[in-house]
Amino acid sequence: MIHFENVGLRYGMGPEILRDLTFDIPRRSFQFLTGPSGAGKTTLLRLLFLSLQPTRGIIRTFDREISTIPRDELPMLRRRIGIVFQDFRLLDHLTTYENVALPLRVRGKEESSYRADVLELLKWVGLGERINVLPAVLSGGEKQRAAIARALIDRPELLLADEPTGNVDPPMARRLLSLFLELNRLGTAVVIATHDLSLMDQVDEARRMILSQGRLDIYD
Amino acid sequence: MTDAPQETAQDAQPARRLEMRVRPTAPIVPPSNVSGNALMLVIAIMAFLACLTFGAVNMVRATAASWQSQISREVTIQIKPDDALDMEQALKDVRDLALTFSGTRDGTIVDKAATARLLEPWLGEGLNIDELPVPRLVIVTINEQSPPDFAAMRVALAEKVPTAFLDDHRTWVDRLVAMARTTAFIGTGVLVLVFSAMVLTVVFATRGALSGNRHIVEVLHFVGAEAGFVASEFQKHFLKISLKGSVAGGFLAALFFAVASFWQGRSIATPQSDQATALFGTFSMGLTGYLGIAATIVVIAVLTTLTARFTVMRTIHEIDLIRSDPSRTDQLPDQ
Ligand SMILES: Nc1ncnc2c1ncn2[C@@H]1O[C@H](COP(=O)(O)OP(=O)(O)OP(=O)(O)O)[C@@H](O)[C@H]1O
Ligand SMILES: [Mg+2]
Repeated sequence: MIHFENVGLRYGMGPEILRDLTFDIPRRSFQFLTGPSGAGKTTLLRLLFLSLQPTRGIIRTFDREISTIPRDELPMLRRRIGIVFQDFRLLDHLTTYENVALPLRVRGKEESSYRADVLELLKWVGLGERINVLPAVLSGGEKQRAAIARALIDRPELLLADEPTGNVDPPMARRLLSLFLELNRLGTAVVIATHDLSLMDQVDEARRMILSQGRLDIYD
Repeated sequence: MTDAPQETAQDAQPARRLEMRVRPTAPIVPPSNVSGNALMLVIAIMAFLACLTFGAVNMVRATAASWQSQISREVTIQIKPDDALDMEQALKDVRDLALTFSGTRDGTIVDKAATARLLEPWLGEGLNIDELPVPRLVIVTINEQSPPDFAAMRVALAEKVPTAFLDDHRTWVDRLVAMARTTAFIGTGVLVLVFSAMVLTVVFATRGALSGNRHIVEVLHFVGAEAGFVASEFQKHFLKISLKGSVAGGFLAALFFAVASFWQGRSIATPQSDQATALFGTFSMGLTGYLGIAATIVVIAVLTTLTARFTVMRTIHEIDLIRSDPSRTDQLPDQ
């Protein structure tokens, strides 16, 4: 589904953060991305989201080479990818419901056409009682789940999550992980960037992508 | 933040009872995030100035046109006194001669009393016109559509009465036309300046609104929004602001003209009003004037909205470029 070939990236005149990455993200796959802080996990996720252009190398996404795609077509490809940030990035003036519905609104859908779906998903992630509150009122774990729900609402083909368990206790981390696994069973490829070794140990069949010193090692 | 727990407690209950009611969807860019008041004021002032300029040009043009048609409806024949001339006879001859030309309608000799009245402001009252070598006038009304042949008339007049002089007011009409044109030209210049100042103000305001709402632009990017969608979210606010501002400004301008024309109508023939009339013409703008003000309002609203849209599209494009280019070290603070 996604293919990287000899991808390199440097910020400004700095050192290469990523060097000669060559790998695939197959459809319906489940992988953890790990590595020390500053190794470039967030950077790699931004490359996968087509939000950042590589300094060199080729990225093919959904069978299209991204350097050949006109800029104004990129949003259409991004809509097939969901992304969850380390810092959630919820909009403070919108309720949980409105934040989660945002991707659908952006796609020009009518509110009446998606309301039931959004409410159902919110129940599923355990936010059924929190639909009408603003993010300022939510706890860290609730924000995390709202951010995840927003990434899932349009049934993406690929889900990217940056430290999705960084702000929650181990039981909640396990609940979120089972959410991702459930999603994966329904057909979405998942990439989870994390430092959390115990989290990774819970999913034996997952691929491990380990970033260190700009190189990527993959253990299937 | 202080009332947060309270809000939670209030929200939780109805949520359960009403089985998931949601509030009407809030705008993606909150109105309070776009500092609109200053911009609205600027747009109101600009709209006021634009409508005033438009009205003034309109008025001058109307006045000039009415003068022009009055003036060109008549010609005057002036006869200078001469010892060898029987003035009364010459006046009659001249009038009759003028009326033989096709295109003339009527000829009036300005009699002694009327001539004396014409001269009164300069020479004072109780004037004996017979004692002075005062030129006398014949006023001939003409058909504007097919005016007589003035050149032929001049030749014929010169033959009959050598001291007669035909004035077809051509110079005055030409000057009036030139004046009306100049006024329209200056007015257009002022309008162009006002509109450019307004466009620039809106560009700055839009850029300000975008940089103040950068986090929203980022979130929209990450949920797959296209530039056009983001632009329309911002543009909504600018349409509202500019509509309010330009309606207020245009309304004030219309009110100004209405009050001025009311004042002029009431105080007709007082010296102040006569002076104002001489200077500005009549303030009444007619339906076209008010329609013009309405059109100006619409033009301003459309212009600001388009400017805002264009600016947002450009800025978002810039943000996209900076965000996607790792070699740019002026990275977004957010990233
Ligand atoms: N926009 C940027 N401009 C310049 N340098 C950057 C930028 N973003 C990241 N970097 C640098 O690139 C390196 C990798 O950053 P990145 O955020 O990808 O690491 P990470 O693996 O996600 O770290 P963490 O686990 O702490 O989140 C870091 O050294 C960081 O300083
Ligand atoms: Mg990171």
